[in-house]
Amino acid sequence: MGAITAAGLPALLPAAGLMHDPGATGRFGDYGGRYVPEALIPACAEVEEAFRAAWADAGFRRDLDRLLTVYAGRPTALTPAWNLSAELGVTVLLKREDLAHTGSHKINNVLGQALLARRMGRTRLLAETGAGQHGVATATAAALLGLSATVFMGQKDMARQALNVHRMRLLGAEVVEVTSGSRTLKDATSEAMRHWVTCVDEAYYCLGSVMGPHPYPWMVREFQRVIGEEARAQCAAELPAAIPDYVVACVGGGSNAAGTFAGFAGTAAQLVGVEAAGGAAISGGQVAVMHGHRSYAIQDEHGQILEAESVAAGLDYPGIGPEHAHLHDLGRARYVTVTDDEVIDAVRRLARSEGILPALESAHAIAWVLRAARDGELPLGATVLVTLSGRGDKDMTTLMEIS
Amino acid sequence: MTTTTVTGTAVEPRLRARRDAGRKLLVPYLTGGVSADWTDHLRAYAAAGADAVEIGLPFSEPMVDGPTVQEASERALHRGATVRGILADLREVRLDVPLIVMTYYHLVAREGHAAFCAALADAGVRGVIVPDLPLEELAGLEQAAAEAAVDLILVAAPSGTPSRQREIARRSRGFVYAVSAMVTTGERAELPASAGEFAARLKEHTDLPVLLGFGISTAEQAVAGTSAADGVVVGSALMRRLLDGATPADLGAQVAMLRDALDAAYR
Repeated sequence: MGAITAAGLPALLPAAGLMHDPGATGRFGDYGGRYVPEALIPACAEVEEAFRAAWADAGFRRDLDRLLTVYAGRPTALTPAWNLSAELGVTVLLKREDLAHTGSHKINNVLGQALLARRMGRTRLLAETGAGQHGVATATAAALLGLSATVFMGQKDMARQALNVHRMRLLGAEVVEVTSGSRTLKDATSEAMRHWVTCVDEAYYCLGSVMGPHPYPWMVREFQRVIGEEARAQCAAELPAAIPDYVVACVGGGSNAAGTFAGFAGTAAQLVGVEAAGGAAISGGQVAVMHGHRSYAIQDEHGQILEAESVAAGLDYPGIGPEHAHLHDLGRARYVTVTDDEVIDAVRRLARSEGILPALESAHAIAWVLRAARDGELPLGATVLVTLSGRGDKDMTTLMEIS
Repeated sequence: MTTTTVTGTAVEPRLRARRDAGRKLLVPYLTGGVSADWTDHLRAYAAAGADAVEIGLPFSEPMVDGPTVQEASERALHRGATVRGILADLREVRLDVPLIVMTYYHLVAREGHAAFCAALADAGVRGVIVPDLPLEELAGLEQAAAEAAVDLILVAAPSGTPSRQREIARRSRGFVYAVSAMVTTGERAELPASAGEFAARLKEHTDLPVLLGFGISTAEQAVAGTSAADGVVVGSALMRRLLDGATPADLGAQVAMLRDALDAAYR
């Protein structure tokens, strides 16, 4: 003891090394890596090389920024949740990724990767999708840039997100039904990777979250960093203290959370990732090597990966991106869970109080804020930034069945 | 440091000796625990002239496997198959052919490299294939396998750069597993001519046996593949029949048919 630190600052703030380039091995502490069949190693290396070159190329950055602005509608608004804030006694600010084109943050990553694919001379995008938001974003970017798109989707998700299946097909994408395993995002991801082996020369794998083999966890976080950087500037304009006390986002693979956290990793803000109780890789899992990286995943006592069970298809995933595992181990971010019931309540509450219908995924973040404010975990007067990753229109069928 | 009594038949000396005697090598695959009588299938493979047998330790996320082996893995897991249970069964089998297991890195890493290899050796397994563990991450398992007298068999793919293929050939033990094409496991109508060319290229880098696998189902494909390669691994064609109800005698007959075709072609 004895060292004088600024009140409220965590003792350890390894900002310089946090959420930056994971290097050639793609490691975030013990996590990450490139655990793929030998056949895919050259393809991953080629994506890494192309991304490094593109990300350092002012022309590429300019093209992407322009698309994000004039096509995707960035910057997205930071909306104070006036009524909810008054009810809870905390200041809640919503980063409105639901207002981005195609209805979620997924478009940020997809526009970046689709431009990269075109730069690499690929003519087809492959993608996995859970809720369908990443699939819709991929189909959209493919249509815009003159590429074809093949989207792998679990049979169970195709049924509960039928609207998004139709959207993808309307946009010209081929949607491939995956019937293996749990017939959800986990299996769609495995199938997309298997298919990629057969067509690496013409197709680009447009992975939707901060997972998979290096460079995907890093690259997708970089393409999503725009959320956190915009929010940081917007918070500075909105909040007397400039930085919110808490930064909260939902986590399946964890791309909207990674993008949001990247803007605040070097600040004193407490970072909170909210997992679905039925797919809580960090809260309920152990270390696992799956889908090309080492991270956490829920598994049985023999190491077999368990099927996740969540009302939100986008969070119905047994694993989590490797950088989140690292942030967890460092104690820099905290990972919590909410139940399906809390999520449904949160959808209703936000809809009634603010006139905003969040996606079931995004409602996980809201649900934690509601609980934490009620339990006193969020002190009165605290400031909370919540990334609202997507809008809830796609979930109307599910919500209608529940009510 | 774990001390284990080495049992089982070593992979490399057996395959090398048979290759050098002019025989083409045949390694049939079976998913461990896929049926109650799964070890009877292994016995049938050995009796039908297999030079080694490959046993899959099923994982819930079989990334390199096509629909047939996926289905077999799901069936085995549904039956309650576990790594420990399969190894316990293998310990009792005592066949006079080398036993090789194929599994995914998660199931290796969670046990720990040394413990996993020691468990293999204890069960008489003398070879291991981990298709999702790349060269860059190999060192730990490589050392543990060597210490347990288990051959770590590496997989080479046609997409690899020449320097990668050379390093795979150099660091592989037992044999080099050459993937016939850019595919997952599974039956195919045709074996591309490039498969043989790939095997021939690998043989320039090593005097280990080079075996072709993935998509080799028929006697014609086995014969065509071994014009350049030293042998073949046959998996899905056998597992498809097993899933459809084939008995150990049925699968033994299929392996014997492949054996006869290879022997007849290279007499």
